[in-house]
Parts: sequence; structure tokens; C-alpha cells
Amino acid sequence: MRAVEDAVKVKIPDNARIIRNLLHGAQFQHDHLVHFYHLHALDWVDVVSALKADPKATAALADNVSNAQMGGAVYFKSVQERLRTFVESGQLGPFANAYWGHPAYKLPPEANLMAAAHYVEALRIQARAARLHAIFGAKNPHLQSLVVGGVTCVADLTPDRIAEFLYIWKETQNFIENVYIPDLVAVASFYKDWGAIGGTQNFLAWGDFPETASEPESLYMPRGVIKKRDLANTAMAMQEGVTEHVKRSWYTDGPPKHPYKGETKPLQENPTYKPDDGKYSWLKAPRYENESCEVGPLARVLVAYAKGHADLKPVVDQTCQKLGIPVTALFSTLGRTAARGLETLTIGKAMEGWIMQLVENVKNGDTKTYQAWDWPAGEAIGLGLNDVPRGALGHWVRIEDKKIKNYQYVVPSTWNLGPRCENNKMGPVEEALIGTPVADPKQPLEVLRTVHSFDPCIACGVHVIDPDSNQVYTVKAL
Amino acid sequence: MDKEQNAFYERMEGKGVTRRDFMRYCTFLTATMGLSAAYVPKVAEVFAAPKQRPPVIWLHFAECTGCSEAVLRSHYPYIDDLVLEVLSLEYHETVMAAAGQQAEDQLHAAMKKYEGKFICVVEGAIATKFDGGYGKIGGRSFLDMGKDVCSKAAAVICIGSCSSFGGIQAAKPNPGGYKGVGDALGIKTVNLPGCPPNPVNFVGTLVNFLLLGKLPALDDLGRPLFAYGKTIHDQCPRRSHFENEEFVTEFGSPEAAMGYCLYKMGCRGPETFNNCPIAKFNEGTSFPIEAGHPCIGCSEPDFWDKMTPFYQEM
Repeated sequence: MRAVEDAVKVKIPDNARIIRNLLHGAQFQHDHLVHFYHLHALDWVDVVSALKADPKATAALADNVSNAQMGGAVYFKSVQERLRTFVESGQLGPFANAYWGHPAYKLPPEANLMAAAHYVEALRIQARAARLHAIFGAKNPHLQSLVVGGVTCVADLTPDRIAEFLYIWKETQNFIENVYIPDLVAVASFYKDWGAIGGTQNFLAWGDFPETASEPESLYMPRGVIKKRDLANTAMAMQEGVTEHVKRSWYTDGPPKHPYKGETKPLQENPTYKPDDGKYSWLKAPRYENESCEVGPLARVLVAYAKGHADLKPVVDQTCQKLGIPVTALFSTLGRTAARGLETLTIGKAMEGWIMQLVENVKNGDTKTYQAWDWPAGEAIGLGLNDVPRGALGHWVRIEDKKIKNYQYVVPSTWNLGPRCENNKMGPVEEALIGTPVADPKQPLEVLRTVHSFDPCIACGVHVIDPDSNQVYTVKAL
Repeated sequence: MDKEQNAFYERMEGKGVTRRDFMRYCTFLTATMGLSAAYVPKVAEVFAAPKQRPPVIWLHFAECTGCSEAVLRSHYPYIDDLVLEVLSLEYHETVMAAAGQQAEDQLHAAMKKYEGKFICVVEGAIATKFDGGYGKIGGRSFLDMGKDVCSKAAAVICIGSCSSFGGIQAAKPNPGGYKGVGDALGIKTVNLPGCPPNPVNFVGTLVNFLLLGKLPALDDLGRPLFAYGKTIHDQCPRRSHFENEEFVTEFGSPEAAMGYCLYKMGCRGPETFNNCPIAKFNEGTSFPIEAGHPCIGCSEPDFWDKMTPFYQEM
């Protein structure tokens, strides 16, 4: 949409910008909560061990580390009973056949019970938080109020709708501040060694949340690129630097191309997996000035930190201090997972100001949500750069006679999980997995931790090779 | 009375519902569904923590996981109740804790243990060209997996437009030869199309199956009539504006602010069968037309080819 808006040269109204920011902020709150509790926590939290916890001690621990409104020995006892009933039913459902009891699990039973309780609480909160999208976007997932020129929800710019949004935002932010972040810090304190595992070298953020009509200057989460972990020389990221390689991907061979000239020609055959020197992925390999770049929460937080972000930098510093780790420990799996939480907190806080701006506009009689536009004659090109929860997202469109001539997008998981490029350089996840200690190759929990920390949007194939037996284990990260 | 049922009643009582209230509710429900009083204990059993929760194997083929996300947003029952107390979600790649070989082993164990008894939910389309080569998990094609798993299920429920009718993968030019599950495998499926479908309709279909031991009445496209029996247009709260010829012709206009009919903005409500205006999404918060956006017909077969260009009057 931003790409088409760029091509047809339309500037969206202030209210449309604010509503898009609010919807996008809500996406961060929601997605990151679900990722932390439901897609990543069980890599660190042993649910079965929670059955051994003493509810009283759990309550004391919870009182000590968090400000959660739910708690107390009775509460934790009931959660434990519910889990016990579930386990004793013999039908373990989604918890069946996992790595319970694995030596890499380090939390004491009480911390496991606390986290398991919040896993269930977060299931409820996320369903509520999704209503934020529905208020101005019709539904979640796949909201449907965004159009080229603005947003369609003009009839929802009413005091009760805005109040509804504010109320649920507050409820969600309350959970983030009082449960998510304390849980993150509590769990991280047992896994500080992961501050030296799973790191990458280069980071790219297109940035997002424009606070005025001018981009990238007004982006609340700034745009930038960091090479070789050199925070001091964080540079402006330029879209001209992007190319996509296909040498190791299941597409017809060709030179690396900028997305405006990009092609997507899948092989006309049953593709086979040739990891050694052939093609092995449906993902292309995006590169920025020929280097692979990690995108996502860590990239955004590092760019913001390097630029001295007024809200985010103190939060990062305080968290590192609390954990007793240096800022350089952020270049890791631990850092990636922490960054996700810290940006959720910070963006969530900023949303309140955006809601109030909307209130102010409506109060002053400004309910303009859409700017009419015309198709340009002949050919037009446009691009849209933004940063979604999983990372940097770019769309490039070429329009000819009101029709799409070419459309390419380079999405976060392509950046993070793309294969090697034609210069044989690894993508970020491949790079991050090098040197991961694996206690038992048949139960590679440690590998999952790093892969999941990227919040991959694909079912990906990862190979672990045991140097002694040279046996290859295929691990599917889901 | 076994331990699980006791625990269930204790929990109900904790929420202020006595055992007597509960039985009264079950009697009411049984009567509503037109069943004899003899069914009351059976209905109660479905809710009162059955000895064995009905097993579900959920397959992910070519999709975006939006349908799983939609079900996670279920608010009646909430997803934790659905997963911990109503169903036994034996295999679901996104939410299961196991991965890789352990996940694969779990799939096979569940299929063996519950052969002929599990509900198979499929999310996503199946690639059929090049021996199904465009869609594989662990080297095995969706086509092969689908044949294997679906043939052993008690029922196959396709959640979303992709598994129902092929969805976006099957849109032209469809390089992988993607098809909906019924088409690709030549089997009968219950189809819950939508991008994503409303979780209310998924739960409704399940409850029907659990209570009555059979699937709900379907139309000729395999869609439950209770949800897909009428067009959006026929249930639309803006219908009177259509009759009065009060139309929106530009987004953000005074007519849009007054909630006029979106027909001239390309609304596909008149040819789309779904209950969005009645059920609405996310605890009844809204649906596309309420948010001022025309219906794009996302639950109709081949909507990417047949309903486009969007924003143009039919």
C-alpha cells in the first residue's frame, strides 16, 4: 500500500497516519506477547517440572519478581492442579513428546510454574488484545480497513470506539509492563550464558511509526544499518543497497537484482534438496551491499540504541544493569529475545500519545481519513519500507497503465532465513547457529532456542552435524 | 464419578455454577437441538471433562497460519479451555512444544492410537503439479501426507479458503498446481472458507460434531448451512441504505461517515455466503463493512481471480 501510494504520489491524512500507527503498534503488542509465551517460552520453561513446584514458594517468587495482578498460593495451586489433571489424563496434546527434563532447562520448578501460569494468562490476554485491530480494522488477523490513500474506518472515529481502544490498550500494556517484562527478566537471569550464543554481525532496520508526514526523519523506531556490530558507525539504510540472490534458491538462475528489476521464476520441476553446493531453499537470499543482515527486534533496538533513542536507550541500559550483563551481550539469542520485549514495552508506551493525538484531532473537527488520488498516466514506480514485528519489510511496485507490471517484496524471514548468496555467504540464522552447544544431537533444544528467537515465519529445515559420527540430523523448526 | 469430572464440577462451582445449574443448561441445549431427554447425560459428558478428549490432528499445508491465529482468538470457549479441556490437540506445528523428529513421531503415534477416531483439521492448500513438489514438510509432499492422514480420520474439516478451495496459491498462474484438499485428494470435506474464517464457525462445527456425533448440514460446496446459508448482503446492517439507494462513492466521505452502502465501492456482499454481519469478529467487535471497507468475498471459491479487481462495482 505504501508502495502504491509512493507510485501514485498521494500523501495520506494525519488521522490515517495515526490510525495506521495505532494498528501497527497493536500488532507489536499482540505478536510479541504470543511469540514470547506461546512460540518461544517452552524452549526455556519446562512445564512438566512445574508440577513439582511448591505453590507457596511460587507465590513468593512471583511477588518478588513481578507486579502481576494474578497470584498467591491459591492461584498457583489451582494452575498446578489444572496442569496435573491435564498431564494425568494421558492426553498431552501440544505438550506431547517435547524435551521435558532436558539438561539445558535451568529454571527451578517454581519459576517454571509461574511461567506456565502466565502462558495460560497470555492466551486470554492475546485474544482480548486482538480486539484493538478489530476496532479500527474490522478483524484480526487480516485486518481490512487499509486502502491506498488512507483508511476506511471514518465511521469509527467516535468517542466510544476510541475509548474502547484506549481501554484495551491499557489492559494489554498493563500485562506487558507487569507480567511480560518481569517474566522476561526473571527467565533471562537463569540463562545469561545465552548472551554469548546465537549472535550475528550485520543489522538492518527500515524503521517505522512516522510521527509526522516526513520519513525517515520522524520515524519513532529509526531507520539504519549496522555492520560488523559497529554501533558507533550506524549509517542510514538506503533501499538502493538491496539485491536478491537466487543461486542457491529454487528459482531460474540469474544475477543478483534490485527488487525494482527483480524476477520470481520458480523452477518448473520437483525441487530437490542440494545443500552442498546446489539449491536448497524457496527463499531468495537478500543482501544489503552484498552482506546478509539480521532484521527484527534486535536490529531495531540496536539501531535505536546507537542513535540514542530517548525512550528505548534507558530501558535497554536498565535491563542490562538489572541482569548484570554488558550491552554487547545483546548480540545473541538472549539479546534478541530481550529486545523483542523491550521494544514492545516502549512502542506500547508511545501508543498512548498517538491515541491522544487522534482524540485532539477529532475534538478539533478533523476527521479526514482519506485522500483521493488519480492513476498516473503510463508507467510509475513506487516503494514502501517499514518494519513489522518480525523485521524490515520492503515492497517495490512497477505500474503500467493502471496494472501491476512487476511486484517484489523482501520480507523479514527472507532476510533472516534466506540461504547462502552467490558469494557463498551465509544468511543470519545459519550464521547464528554456528557454535551452538548441543548437549544431545537427538534432542537439539538449543538449536530451537536460536531459531525460534528470530520468530521465523516459515517451517524451516536446519541441519545439525555431529562431527564424531558425522551423522546428519534434520531438525524441523516449527 | 471420576476425578476429572469432579475437578470439572469444582471448577464450575468456583465460577458460581452449581451441578444442578449445569444439568439444567444441558437439558436446555438438548431440547434446542431437537433431541430426546435421553441425550441429556450425553450432552453433559461432552462438556464435563470427558474421559477422553476428542483427538484433533491439525495439518499445515500451503498457508499463512492466519486460520490458526484466528482460532487462537476464540473467545467462546477461550483457547486455553479448548486446548486443555475440550479437545486433545495431538498435532499442530505452530503451537506444539515438540519439533523436528519428535513432532513427526508424535504425528505417527497419534494417527496410530486414534485411527478412524480423530478429527483432521487442514489449513492450507495442496500442491499437485510435479508430484506435489512445491509443498513439502521434511521431504514429504503435502499430497502424500494428506492422503495418508485424511484417509485415517473420522472427519476432515478444512479451515480457511486455502484448504477449502485453494486460496491464494491457486490463483492464476498457480505454478504449483495448488488445489483445495477435497479437490486434490478426491474426498469429501467440511469446508469453512474465509481469510481467515470466523473462529465462532469452527467452534460451532466442532460442537455439532461432539454433541450429535455427526457433522452439521452442508451446502453443495461443503459449507455448514448454519454459517454459510445466507449472503452477507441479506444480513447486512447497511441493507436499508442499499434499498434507499444511499451509496458511498468515496472513502472518508460524509456518506462513508454515515455508514451508507458500499455496493458502488465494489462490495461483494451480494454474492458472498457468510455470517460476518451477524457473528462479527473478535468478540463481536466489527467486520469489514462496519469498518467502512467493502466485502472482498474472501470466503468464496477462487476469490482472488473471480472477485477482483476489488473496489470496482460488480
